[in-house]
Amino acid sequence: MQLLNVILIVFLIACAIAVEKTRDLLSAVIIFASYSLIMAVLWLLLRSPDVAMTEAAIGAGVTTIMFIAVISRTRRMEK
Amino acid sequence: MDDLIVRNISRMIIPFIQLYGIFVVFHGHLSPGGGFPGGAILGASIILYTLAFGSEKGHLKLPHSIAKWLESGAVIWYIILGLFGIFAGHVFLTNKPAGFYMGQAGDIISGGFIPMVTLAIGIKVASTMITLFHTMIEEEEH
Repeated sequence: MQLLNVILIVFLIACAIAVEKTRDLLSAVIIFASYSLIMAVLWLLLRSPDVAMTEAAIGAGVTTIMFIAVISRTRRMEK
Repeated sequence: MDDLIVRNISRMIIPFIQLYGIFVVFHGHLSPGGGFPGGAILGASIILYTLAFGSEKGHLKLPHSIAKWLESGAVIWYIILGLFGIFAGHVFLTNKPAGFYMGQAGDIISGGFIPMVTLAIGIKVASTMITLFHTMIEEEEH
């Protein structure tokens, strides 16, 4: 369980850095969705299933769709 | 998007997503979840429908004329339930002393006004999320 926690947190930090470094905004949105998914699992491991459900529904679901809708109206690549 | 596989899979899984969302909303006082996650799941099901079937058919599921009544009505319902506490001689959002039916602990109909408040929050969140997405999609087209 400790090992799983460490792996998840390392992946979480890697995702957070990758979102900032990526020039392609569509890729950044997909990485951000995976960040939210890992965060939902971590909330579950922290014994907060309420927040985990909200994170999975809002962070990984609706926010991603909203970001993609915004990207479809603007540029895809960061300047 | 006009894809046969996406449309058929969406048509199959949307009822289950909505059933799960309604379950989460109605068990807000018994299990993890509540108005906000359940409403978000319900809203996500209609967003999936709009993505699969297009903006026109998705817009027919929840027109703006109905959405504005749902959003305002849910908030007004929440405030009316809160005002019951003041009229009973207590503070805003008083539960048991205001005379709400408490029921048996563990049942769906228990906990005073909390199921009704959770239902209002669920309707409000679902309606807001769908309206936000539809507004974005519509502005894209013209």
